[in-house]
Amino acid sequence: MSAHANLERRRQAIYGWLLLSPAAVLLTLFAFYPSVATLWSSMFSRGTRRKPTEFVGTENYSDLFADPTFWIVVKNNLLYAGITIPVSIFIALSMALWANGKIRARGFVRTAYFTPTVLPMIAAANLWLFFYTPGLGVLDQIGSLFGLPSVNWLGQPETALWAIIIVTIWKEAGFFMIFYLAALQTIPEDLKEAADIEGASRWTYTRRIVLPLLMPTTLFIAVNAMINSVKLIDHLFILTKGGPSDASKLILYYIWEMAFAFFDAPSAAAMTIMVIAVLGIVAAVQFFYLDKRTHYQ
Amino acid sequence: MTTPPFVKLDGVAKRWNGQLGVEGITLDIPEGSFTALLGPSGCGKSTTLRLLAGLELPDEGKILIDDRDVTTSAASDRNLSMVFQSYALFPHLSVAENVMFGLKVRRVPKKERLEKLHRALEITGLLGLEDRKPGELSGGQRQRVALARAIVAGQRLCLMDEPLSNLDAKLRNAVRKDIKKLQRDLGITVVYVTHDQTEAMSMADTVVLMKDGHIQQVGAPEDLYSRPNNTFVAEFVGAPPMALLESGVLGGFGEGKTIGIRAENIQIVPKGDGRMRCTVTESEFLGAETLIGLDHAGTTGLCVLKPGLSMMAEGNEIDITFNDENLHVFDAAGQRLAG
Repeated sequence: MSAHANLERRRQAIYGWLLLSPAAVLLTLFAFYPSVATLWSSMFSRGTRRKPTEFVGTENYSDLFADPTFWIVVKNNLLYAGITIPVSIFIALSMALWANGKIRARGFVRTAYFTPTVLPMIAAANLWLFFYTPGLGVLDQIGSLFGLPSVNWLGQPETALWAIIIVTIWKEAGFFMIFYLAALQTIPEDLKEAADIEGASRWTYTRRIVLPLLMPTTLFIAVNAMINSVKLIDHLFILTKGGPSDASKLILYYIWEMAFAFFDAPSAAAMTIMVIAVLGIVAAVQFFYLDKRTHYQ
Repeated sequence: MTTPPFVKLDGVAKRWNGQLGVEGITLDIPEGSFTALLGPSGCGKSTTLRLLAGLELPDEGKILIDDRDVTTSAASDRNLSMVFQSYALFPHLSVAENVMFGLKVRRVPKKERLEKLHRALEITGLLGLEDRKPGELSGGQRQRVALARAIVAGQRLCLMDEPLSNLDAKLRNAVRKDIKKLQRDLGITVVYVTHDQTEAMSMADTVVLMKDGHIQQVGAPEDLYSRPNNTFVAEFVGAPPMALLESGVLGGFGEGKTIGIRAENIQIVPKGDGRMRCTVTESEFLGAETLIGLDHAGTTGLCVLKPGLSMMAEGNEIDITFNDENLHVFDAAGQRLAG
C-alpha cells in the first residue's frame, strides 16, 4: 500500500475516534461504569455496624427469588407492560390515522391529543387522583348519575393496577401519536391514489401499504414503550404508593423502596441488574429480529 | 363515426375555491387510440386526467367510459389503470408484489395471477427482477414496473401522467417507442399527459392542446402542426415554433392581423431579392442543420434552418423570402382565418 493511502486511512481513523469520543466518554461515565459498579455491589452483602460487607456471590439473587413480593412485583410489571405497550401503540396509531385525515379542526385535535404529553407525570397523576377519588371523583360522579355504587378504584387490589395502567396509556398515546403523524406525512399521497385505482379499500390500503411503511416507527415506539413500562413510575408515588398490599407495585418502585426505604442497597442492585439484563435481551430481539423484517425508506 | 366513443367527456369543469381548474372540456376518445393531453404547466391537463381517473370529481359535466356514466364513480369502479409521474410504486413490496397488488386486491386466483405477472414482466422486459425492491432498481426499470402494473390487469383504458419526465433524454426516446408499441400490440386506449410537444407529436394519434383550463385544439399531430387553430397552438407546436409577424410588416394582408410562418418555409436569398431584410441574432448548430435566429421589427421567433454546419456571424443582415401559400393568417384575437 502506498504511503498516501496509509495517511488517508490514518486520518479517517482519527476522525472516527474524534467523533466517537464524546459519546463514549459520557456513556462510560454515566452508563457503563455505574452498571458495572452495580453488578459488583450486587454480589456483596448488606453491611451493618456489627457485620461488615462481605462477598456473597449470587446470594442476593437467590434471596430475591425466594422473596414472594418480588414475584408479585414481576407479575404486576409484566401485566403492566403487556397491556400498556400494545394498547398505547394501537391508540396512538388510530389517533394518528384520524388526525392525519381530512377532518375539521385538525389542529385542535392534534393539540388535544398531545396535551397529556406536555403535562408532567406528577401533575397528571394529581389530575387522575381527582378522577379516581371515591365519592368526590369524576368517575364516581358520572357513575352515580346512572345509579352505580361508589368504587374506590385506587384503594382495592383488583382495580389499583388497572387504574395505573390507564393513566400510563393516557399519558403515552399522545406522545407516540406525534411520531406516527410525522411518519404518515412521509408517505406520498400518490400511493393512496395508485391503491385506489387498483381497487384497494381503505382498510386494504392501511393494512398492506400504510402499516408496513410505518414499521420503522412502530419499532421505535415499541422500544420506547417497553422502556417506559419499566421506568415510568412517577404516578405510583401520587396514586397508590404501590399498594394496596403490593397490588400496584412495579419493579422500579420496588427497587426504589429497597434502596431508599429499606436501605438494602445490594438487593436493589441485584434487581437493577436483572432489569438491565431483561431489557437488553428484549431490545436485542426487537432490533435484530424485527429490524430485518422492516422496510426502511 | 358509427361506433360511440370509448371515452367521452362532456362539458366537464373543475374549479378550486373559485379558481379555474378546467372549464368546458368536451372530448371524444375512440377505443384503441393514443390521445395526448398537451400543454404548458398549469394548463389543466393533469386535472383532466385525474377527473377521468376518478381521483377528482368534476363540478360540472359528464364523463362516460365505455358507454357507462362514471361521473361520480370511485376510481376503482372505472376499470382503468394509471401510470403516475412518480410511478407511485410501493417501496416495501417487491416488483412482483407491486405488479400483482391490484390482482390480489381483486381476488384473482393465484395461478392466474402468476400467469398474468409473468406475461406483464415479459412484455416490459423485467423478467428476473421479480424479487427486487423498487429502491434497488434504476429509474428506467422503475418506470417499467409502473407500466407492468398498469397493463397486468388487462384494463382497456390506461392513463399516463407524464410517465417519462423522470428519465434522462436518451432513455426517454427508447421508452417512448416501447410505450407506443405496447399500446398498439395490446390494443388498449391510452390517454397520455405531457408538457413535451415532441413526445405528444411523436406518440399520439390525437393531440389535445390545452391552455388555462381550456382546450385550444384537438387533432392529429400533423393538423396541429400544419393548421394551428390560433397563435398559441402555432407557437407551442413544433421545434422551432412558428414565427409570428405583424401583418403590417408584409404588404397585402391589411392591418391588425398576425401572420405565421415556419422556419422550414423560409429561404435565404441574395440581397435585394428578399421580401424582408433581417439581422442575424444567433446561430445554433443542431447537427444535421443549423438554426439561424433572425430579428426584424414587428416579428417574434423568426428563424431559418440551413443544412449542415453553417454558422452566420451575429449582426449580419440577410434577405429572406417565402411563398404566400405557406403563410398562416390569424385575426387580431389570434384565431386562424380560413385558408
